[in-house]
Amino acid sequence: MAMWQGAMDNRGFQQGSFSSFQSSSSDEDLMDIPGTAMDFSMRDDVPPLDREMEGNKSYNGGGISSSNRIMDFLEEPIPGVGTYDDFNTIDWVREKSRDRDRHREITNKSKESTWALIHSVSDAFSGWLLMLLIGLFSGSLAGLIDISAHWMTDLKEGICTGGFWFNHEHCCWNSEHVTFEDRDKCPEWNSWSQLIINTDQGAFAYIVNYFMYVLWALLFAFLAVSLVKVFAPYACGSGIPEIKTILSGFIIRGYLGKWTLVIKTITLVLAVSSGLSLGKEGPLVHVACCCGNILCHCFNKYRKNEAKRREVLSAAAAAGVSVAFGAPIGGVLFSLEEVSYYFPLKTLWRSFFAALVAAFTLRSINPFGNSRLVLFYVEFHTPWHLFELVPFIVLGIFGGLWGALFIRTNIAWCRKRKTTQLGKYPVIEVLIVTAITAILAFPNEYTRMSTSELISELFNDCGLLDSSKLCDYENHFNTSKGGELPDRPAGVGVYSAMWQLTLTLILKIVITIFTFGMKIPSGLFIPSMAVGAIAGRLLGVGMEQLAYYHHDWGIFNSWCSQGADCITPGLYAMVGAAACLGGVTRMTVSLVVIMFELTGGLEYIVPLMAAAMTSKWVADALGREGIYDAHIRLNGYPFLEAKEEFAHKTLAMDVMKPRRNDPLLTVLTQDSMTVEDIETIISETTYSGFPVVVSRESQRLVGFVLRRDLIISVENARKKQDGVVSTSIIYFTEHSPPMPPYTPPTLKLRNILDLSPFTVTDLTPMEIVVDIFRKLGLRQCLVTHNGRLLGIITKKDVLKHIAQMANQDPDSILFN
Amino acid sequence: MASLWRGGLLRLGSVLGLSGLALSVLLLVQLTDAAKNFEDVRCKCICPPYKENPGHIYNKNISQKDCDCLHVVEPMPVRGPDVEAYCLRCECKYEERSSVTIKVTIIIYLSILGLLLLYMVYLTLVEPILKRRLFGHSQLLQSDDDVGDHQPFANAHDVLARSRSRANVLNKVEYAQQRWKLQVQEQRKSVFDRHVVLS
Repeated sequence: MAMWQGAMDNRGFQQGSFSSFQSSSSDEDLMDIPGTAMDFSMRDDVPPLDREMEGNKSYNGGGISSSNRIMDFLEEPIPGVGTYDDFNTIDWVREKSRDRDRHREITNKSKESTWALIHSVSDAFSGWLLMLLIGLFSGSLAGLIDISAHWMTDLKEGICTGGFWFNHEHCCWNSEHVTFEDRDKCPEWNSWSQLIINTDQGAFAYIVNYFMYVLWALLFAFLAVSLVKVFAPYACGSGIPEIKTILSGFIIRGYLGKWTLVIKTITLVLAVSSGLSLGKEGPLVHVACCCGNILCHCFNKYRKNEAKRREVLSAAAAAGVSVAFGAPIGGVLFSLEEVSYYFPLKTLWRSFFAALVAAFTLRSINPFGNSRLVLFYVEFHTPWHLFELVPFIVLGIFGGLWGALFIRTNIAWCRKRKTTQLGKYPVIEVLIVTAITAILAFPNEYTRMSTSELISELFNDCGLLDSSKLCDYENHFNTSKGGELPDRPAGVGVYSAMWQLTLTLILKIVITIFTFGMKIPSGLFIPSMAVGAIAGRLLGVGMEQLAYYHHDWGIFNSWCSQGADCITPGLYAMVGAAACLGGVTRMTVSLVVIMFELTGGLEYIVPLMAAAMTSKWVADALGREGIYDAHIRLNGYPFLEAKEEFAHKTLAMDVMKPRRNDPLLTVLTQDSMTVEDIETIISETTYSGFPVVVSRESQRLVGFVLRRDLIISVENARKKQDGVVSTSIIYFTEHSPPMPPYTPPTLKLRNILDLSPFTVTDLTPMEIVVDIFRKLGLRQCLVTHNGRLLGIITKKDVLKHIAQMANQDPDSILFN
Repeated sequence: MASLWRGGLLRLGSVLGLSGLALSVLLLVQLTDAAKNFEDVRCKCICPPYKENPGHIYNKNISQKDCDCLHVVEPMPVRGPDVEAYCLRCECKYEERSSVTIKVTIIIYLSILGLLLLYMVYLTLVEPILKRRLFGHSQLLQSDDDVGDHQPFANAHDVLARSRSRANVLNKVEYAQQRWKLQVQEQRKSVFDRHVVLS
């Protein structure tokens, strides 16, 4: 307010009375007089009829005027106008209104001819066709990734002589020589020691196997990181934080491109096969979104409109999770809860369809046989008991604690990677982490197997015929009932398995912190679930043995009599997995839906919900953000969090630019600037847009024009339009201002002007401003005072202000 | 207007082509499923130790309705009334897979990986040697680091240049490859050097 007062005093205004001031425009005179709308409009928009009669007097030469007239008539859009620069935010309002205009035009034209009618029908159909294609491609790519990953993981241990393309399980599928005791061995599958030194027994064979394992792991990791570095640096990491930012309106060119897709698919298989502690669910979401983005280019409706494209990307993300887990509904809810920013009902239907098609495609490719979609599909339905809620809540607390710890340490390590010398050697870093992981993983059979297999084994309920060490119980009973086994005392195998699992747990907790965020595709769903499953299984086996040996205690008495099947350790593993995943990602509904789609056990919803809620509460008490939001904040993306309330009492004028000591707002006038002036402004400033006012004295707002559009239009005019020189006047009004004769022809740029910019007054509370930015998806908002333009608030300013209010470093918001 | 029509037809053609490709892939998978390898179905019965008999695993290529202990376990190790007790302990499961799908997928994956590795070797090792031999040392210096600062009008040049047509096909390929290399270099700078994205 003081700045405005000062300016007025300097120019000798009188308070509240402008009529004394002599200006070239008569605006100020008109302002105080009511009912002057007509006069005002005459200043800007001389009716066309008068123009015609004035004719050659106002233009410089008839020939030029006719060419200007033709330009008005055709109004062919210059290519590039309406697109966005890299690392900029889109204007949601403009994109949505453009789509509505396009739709209206097609609907109106559809009445004219049959071809137009077909065009309008196909336009309506195109969304569904696009979803179908996205589902097909995502499903096929997921099938490719799954089959290749299974094969390459087993390649570290040996090779199948009956066809090198079979992994261990499929190699021994048809073999006649599989025995009951040793179900894993068959003569067709040769480990590396068998191939090299012709024997599988002995210390030397063990060393050879060890060496080959580490060698293959290093080779895969090296190939992965080199491919990423040479071909598509955007293919590293999980992808979900960047996709969240893109879906909120940010542009990262090339992030969802063809090369990124190819490299991400290929290197994901390599990264998973190298034995590192990472998963493939997050990267599969990225792969599906790349498919979606690439397929958008085939449809005009989605290629040209960034807002519609983001609807498609939301649906593609749902398809990605659907094929990663075999959970279509969980995928849709994940897209709703975690990834998308705006999720209208139409997107819900489209996501549903895309997830369905993707799941169906994956099922037809049938990578695992038996028409299962995911490796750890469990089939037990034993009921749980009420007293078991206590250990489930304990697991929830563990999950929350682990989640908070993981986020804090991982972010600290990633920040170190970002700021110190560590970040300069990505290839060496990957190789060292892989070497450590492989060397520590080989001796322990539970770390040697792939993480998905580990989770599958932990979720499994032990039957009589299971031969794994975890199911080595002592069978003291006489008869075997239908399918249910009573609680049994643990055998030697179980105890040794417990020790090994504890070591696995410690290794996985530590190594995942350093693995997530390296320069290869890495997800963290599977490692989190593994940590939770191990913890859960340990607790479950403990409870089971407790119930067996102390079945006369109060709590166990009513439910766990001797010979009853009371405790199911597999269920504890599931609940633990859900708790840890919820603690890290802070998902709630989508997590529970994914978990029970994975298991098919609707009885287990209550324990899963209890564990998920507990872990979310505990984790939220220790740290506010989930892992993806934490990475968004670490990278400084301009992402306006939609879930948090802004609770401070600041006003719009505290946030707007220019601040008190800054130079005045850079504005363009509607018809008094030359091409040279505009080019000077563009080269001297870096603002991404300029408000257009009636005149500098009046500061009355006409509209807003973007820098990129301005640059492209001026360049185009210089090249294509005759006679436009540096002293040509640029006008944004409907009709050219009256020019004296023998001046160069004028340049009309009204078609790039946004005539409806959003404005707030300077006394608007920031709560409302932040809400407006969130709900409408604005990039910038103009601030007026008493009807005159005062300043501008951009999304960047809002984010910096929120960061300042939360006592963070406002300079960490990048991408100016 | 003609260019608009051409663009529209091209897009329609690519959509139809892609849908055709996708559907044909699906059909191919179904056909390979139908013309299943005889060895790709099995009924697997796991029988635990019973009295003196050790545990055994039986496999047989048999249809789903015949997948039970009586059809699969041959020769039956126990006699008469023991058969029922033995069979109650056995667990029989019907499984199928598609070995053709697995083979095709692995071969596709390995070929793509091999092509990418060859291209990577070419880009990192062979091309600089070739360029050095053809153009001498001077030209190598100016190619790399020009693109750093964005001038205000550079982007506009880029946008407008794309709309002009290039005559020669080889020129087009070379131009596309150059542009792609510049893009990758920019990405590499953002990710690896300045740590601005994806840290």
